[in-house]
Amino acid sequence: MSEMLFTEDHEWVRVENGVATVGITSYAQEQLGDIVFIDLPEAGAELAQGDDAAVVESVKAASDIYAPVSGEIGEVNDALDADPSIVNQDAEAEGWLFTLTLSDTGELDNLMDADAYKAFVAKL
Amino acid sequence: MSDPGETPLKRTPLYDLHVRANAKMVPFAGYEMPVQYSAGVLKEHLQTRVAAGLFDVSHMGQLYLHGAGAAAALEALVPGDIQGLKAGRTRYTQFTNAAGGILDDLMVTRYEDRLYVVVNAACKAADMDLLREGLPADISIEPLEERALIALQGPLAAVVFGRLAPSVAEMPFMSSAQVMIEDVTCIVGRCGYTGEDGFEISIPESSAETIGAKLLDEAEVEPIGLGARDSLRLEAGLCLYGHDIDETTTPIEADLAWSIGKRRRTDGGFPGDSIVQKQIQEGAPRKRIGIRPDGRAPARGGTRILDATGAEIGAVTSGGFGPTVGGPVSMGYVSREFSTVGTEVALNVRNKAMAARVAAMPFTPQRYYRG
Repeated sequence: MSEMLFTEDHEWVRVENGVATVGITSYAQEQLGDIVFIDLPEAGAELAQGDDAAVVESVKAASDIYAPVSGEIGEVNDALDADPSIVNQDAEAEGWLFTLTLSDTGELDNLMDADAYKAFVAKL
Repeated sequence: MSDPGETPLKRTPLYDLHVRANAKMVPFAGYEMPVQYSAGVLKEHLQTRVAAGLFDVSHMGQLYLHGAGAAAALEALVPGDIQGLKAGRTRYTQFTNAAGGILDDLMVTRYEDRLYVVVNAACKAADMDLLREGLPADISIEPLEERALIALQGPLAAVVFGRLAPSVAEMPFMSSAQVMIEDVTCIVGRCGYTGEDGFEISIPESSAETIGAKLLDEAEVEPIGLGARDSLRLEAGLCLYGHDIDETTTPIEADLAWSIGKRRRTDGGFPGDSIVQKQIQEGAPRKRIGIRPDGRAPARGGTRILDATGAEIGAVTSGGFGPTVGGPVSMGYVSREFSTVGTEVALNVRNKAMAARVAAMPFTPQRYYRG
């Protein structure tokens, strides 16, 4: 399995064959609390790095999820419509949000690896 | 967390108890308050609906008004019928301004020789000024700063609390009594802010932690934070001051006409009376309503409410996910012609028009104990 990369906005990215699967980190779901609704992007939408991609609503607040890299939305995780709490239970695997076909693999260089993200979170 | 220049946050007498219960503490109305415990908002909400929850509401303002004419004098500041209140009974009312806007909402309990008043934390300093200026010199104001306030709410609250204080079990909704608990005199009211049966217990601060810990030791009770307090009151259709009611909303617009007694409607004698009386007769231009979105996305405070043509007809003042409802619920204000239950409206959430309907409140049935 390919390496997971992370953003400072607490998203994770896993790239396989030019397609990035994106979700929020375990740390992020814990901070958000019980997740009750996820507004997922439309398949086919073209997003630039940093664009609004999704909204995760918890019992406390709505949080914007940004595109960690530029690309075209492929699949979205429809299972989250029926049960958004999957993200609380398994944020970094079953709770993935969407996939993106990468338009610039160079953007991956701006992301953190697991150790760097761990160090980043430790300072928060 | 807070800027060094800010006023230091106050702590309630139950602070240590919150920390021991792994509360996440946040600044709220000048106090360090528990927003949630380890169970989280969703579980805390459901716990209160099926069993019992303990809330620290010591940040709220408590005071006595002494003096033979206290009830009549207070009526100069509120539209509620305070003189008609029997001893040992509690009533919900509002402080109004000259435009009929709401300065704060409050609970007033009448005892033989005094009134016991509970006001919102964020408003208590302004309320004290209002009372000092608005009451005659022969009415004395006694702030009860050395008392904690604990709410015990839920269908099992009476069973649990009855173990410590057997006399409370038969108290009807909106009654109040002085009750000896652990050798101290507590002011016990059968009321709350969740839509459930329950009590608010005013305790001398030196005994608050002992009594709070004793209640928490009961198997049916869990501590509940401000997060679930908000979702519980929202489902119960109860207003949050500063969000659903404020200086720009009248009690009639806020659908609180039920809290204004017949004599007060006729005679007036409170700030903004002519405006409130006119709205009672002719209807207010806008009204507070419940809203159920058709979809799953919550519509939070500030969301614009639109009609079928896309024209703005009002705004959401509170909204979120209702754990007991199992879906999103909101309340807000719309022009009167759109206020009928069932009216189809749209909510502008992230620039998408989402279908919704005006809905009856409360969103969950009230389960008060009427005796």
